[in-house]
Amino acid sequence: MENIKQTTETKKDDNYVVEMLNITKVFPGIIANDDVTIRLRQGEILALLGENGAGKSTLMSVLFGLYQPEKGIIKVRGKEVKINGPLDANALGIGMVHQHFKLVDNFTVLQNIVLGMETTKGGLLKMDDARKKVLELSERYNLRIDPDAKIEDITVGQQQRVEILKMLYRDNEIMIFDEPTAVLTPQEIDELMLIMKNLIKEGKSILFITHKLNEIKAVADRCAVLRRGKYIGTIDVASTSKEEMSEMMVGRKVELTIEKKPANPGKTILEVDDLTVAAGLKGHKKNVVDNVSFKVRAGEIVCIAGIDGNGQSELISAISGIGPMHNGRISINGEDMTKKSIRYKNTHGLSHIPEDRQKYGLVLDYNLAYNAVLQQYFEPQFSNGIFLNMDAIYKYSDELIKNYDIRSGEGSATITRSMSGGNQQKVIVARENTRPHDILLAVQPTRGLDVGAIEYIHKELVKERDAGKAILLVSLELDEVRNLADRILVIYEGKIVAELDPDKVSNQEIGLYMSGSKRQAVIGEGEDAPSGVMAVKKGGEN
Amino acid sequence: MGNTKSSKPKKSNIGFLSSVFAIIIGLLVGLVILFICNPAQALPGFLTILTGSFTHGARGVGQIFYYATPIILTGLSVGFAFKTGLFNIGAPGQYMVGSLGAVAIGILGEGLGPIHWVVALAGGMAMGAVWGAVPGILKAYFNVNEVIASIMMNYIGMYLSNWVVKSTPALFNTLRNESKNVAVTANLPKAGFDKIFEGSSLNAGFIVAILAVIIIWVLLYKTKFGYELQACGFNRFASKYAGINEKKNIMMAMVIAGAISGLAGAIVMLAGSGAHITVKDAIAQEGFTGIAVALLGLSHPVGVFLAGIFIAYLTAGGFYLQLFQFSTEIIDIIVAVIIYFSAFALFVKIMIDKFSKKKEMKEPGESSASEKGGER
Repeated sequence: MENIKQTTETKKDDNYVVEMLNITKVFPGIIANDDVTIRLRQGEILALLGENGAGKSTLMSVLFGLYQPEKGIIKVRGKEVKINGPLDANALGIGMVHQHFKLVDNFTVLQNIVLGMETTKGGLLKMDDARKKVLELSERYNLRIDPDAKIEDITVGQQQRVEILKMLYRDNEIMIFDEPTAVLTPQEIDELMLIMKNLIKEGKSILFITHKLNEIKAVADRCAVLRRGKYIGTIDVASTSKEEMSEMMVGRKVELTIEKKPANPGKTILEVDDLTVAAGLKGHKKNVVDNVSFKVRAGEIVCIAGIDGNGQSELISAISGIGPMHNGRISINGEDMTKKSIRYKNTHGLSHIPEDRQKYGLVLDYNLAYNAVLQQYFEPQFSNGIFLNMDAIYKYSDELIKNYDIRSGEGSATITRSMSGGNQQKVIVARENTRPHDILLAVQPTRGLDVGAIEYIHKELVKERDAGKAILLVSLELDEVRNLADRILVIYEGKIVAELDPDKVSNQEIGLYMSGSKRQAVIGEGEDAPSGVMAVKKGGEN
Repeated sequence: MGNTKSSKPKKSNIGFLSSVFAIIIGLLVGLVILFICNPAQALPGFLTILTGSFTHGARGVGQIFYYATPIILTGLSVGFAFKTGLFNIGAPGQYMVGSLGAVAIGILGEGLGPIHWVVALAGGMAMGAVWGAVPGILKAYFNVNEVIASIMMNYIGMYLSNWVVKSTPALFNTLRNESKNVAVTANLPKAGFDKIFEGSSLNAGFIVAILAVIIIWVLLYKTKFGYELQACGFNRFASKYAGINEKKNIMMAMVIAGAISGLAGAIVMLAGSGAHITVKDAIAQEGFTGIAVALLGLSHPVGVFLAGIFIAYLTAGGFYLQLFQFSTEIIDIIVAVIIYFSAFALFVKIMIDKFSKKKEMKEPGESSASEKGGER
């Protein structure tokens, strides 16, 4: 504690508006924030950079009083404060634009802005004053918007302006933007950058959460980096290269590197042609997955690398059939599967480790045995006519438990809800690996798991590959990509922007493709880019 | 469930305890109400609630089972739908059209001979199934909330059966403004109950109800179909992922639930103990009681069976409250309170679950704890 005092005293002239000092927040089994210190200066944009699960959201939730930290203190304008909830934060002039907007769809812009702060007279709404103030603000900050338009009728970019106006209306001086560009088109992103600069000019201070390096370069003054809950450092953006920042974010290689032999790819198993998924939400214009084509062969692991929200989930959902697909063709083992049912795909070569293990992967209220046969309960092996063959199901499940070292309180009879996340994931991996298949879709198979479980699942995937299965892996973790991939496809804004050979490309370079700073010549259009061979074109800076 | 290990003794214990908790609190509140109404008679009145149904010995016991039969079935209907993630608030409507089908066949189908009552029961079930199918189809294919659709079907069922009975001279008893008696061949057999529980109205309908409970239990817990139905109820996303046809399952669940409620109506109408379709604008009480029974029985077929008998037992006992100048409505209030607290009991159960889970999570300690939950 003495250290903190010293540092704050020596840097008093820095004029910090928010200081979060030595914040530690522990959840059961995981340290979300481990001694994290960030300081936001008056009138600057401080970027908060980190991978998924690095603890950014937790840190912001602490600032908003949604969580109380185990250790550490928060100071606002030099005074130590205790924040018990969003209302306290608001009273301190702290506002936030959430990644998913908090707007009432069938209210007008004006109604949404004043919501919760309505000016009334004798119990009646006085909207005229509010309208005047909103118009003034939108003029001053160049946030053009029709106050009488309904939220459901305006674009996502405009909705974001409403969120910004909401903060301005509440006289918030400290603004937090939580991954604000994830849902925007490039043009809208440029506009947002301008708006943010305007806000700074007017004396606001901004905390900008993101993992897109270009945006940090474009607007931020300084950048604080978190990795796996730990505070790595704060750097000056102007004097630091993107490569250096991505290295700080991703970190050095994790200790666990899987030993794997070079791939020995066989025939094509999965073929995807011109797959397109249109945007599902109102106001979004761009395709979520845009004309994606690729092949996965037997005995290789193809990895789709990319930053979260660039269309990888929708791509996999379209392939497996649990999500929509608006154009394109999918075939497995040469058979056209585009119009086939999920069950047909499941029984004709497709295995799928889903992204959300609790939502899709398991029926949490079923026991382990029932979950072990989720796609197979109806097969002769596990049933007698209309009845389930309990003996066979439990025997099979006991076998999976043994082979995959799944730990649970009551063996096959354990309700999966009561199991730890790692063991739940093991159930899914065991099930999908064991049942007959040729192609395995694995989406973030190690998300939220600790090092031991990650290593285990990685080994299993390599074993699968060596057994001649085709594997399509989606991962947000560069380390995982490097560890497993035989080929890397980089996805950015719904398009495959590069096909890379993991042995010939640096982490930093992959990072540049992932963040859209770099783009390969479109495969096929490039000068000399036959399939598999990379023609990496430099440049493409925004 | 398991072949070697018993699967969830802990869980069902908590469920059972929460129902008992609800019953005790409900009875205590009932006692308080009795004290407020008439302090002098409160204790004897309370005792009567508990013992009243036995005052006539075997006959009284038979009457409990007789009253329990329809509400066990409507409870089973609602509980079954709950298990598949649907709220079948349409049980009253299904009950009423089931009654209508049974009465129509019971009166008009005289030539059927010894199988007459069987056909009449089947007719009631079929009508109920149709009444369940409509909200089921609307829910599955047009995403219409089954609660709203079911409530509408309740009113349609009520007015339809009133209209059919009133406008069909063969069915209508103009003097009493209700349906005529069904043919003797359509009456359910006594199945020996008239000897065991002499003087009671108990009949083969009770056996049919027990069979229904067993069939639904087997269906839910032993068959592939039950596996699918429950998977959809627990987690429709995972069901979709598993390739289960969710729409078909929603529809089938409602058809089956409707058939069970229809069966309840048919059994009452064919009991031969003076039940008729009365032409009035009131929705069948047995249907709503079914919701209560399902809640108290935690939607489990066996739980529903016990809960149905318990509520019938209270209702029968409550009838004798009139001896102490209490109105029988008191017993309705007590039943309502029990249901009310069974909802609280569910809350208590959740709290117990949460508490024990927290404990589990804390035990392994801080270092990479998520992996070490559970024993080796």
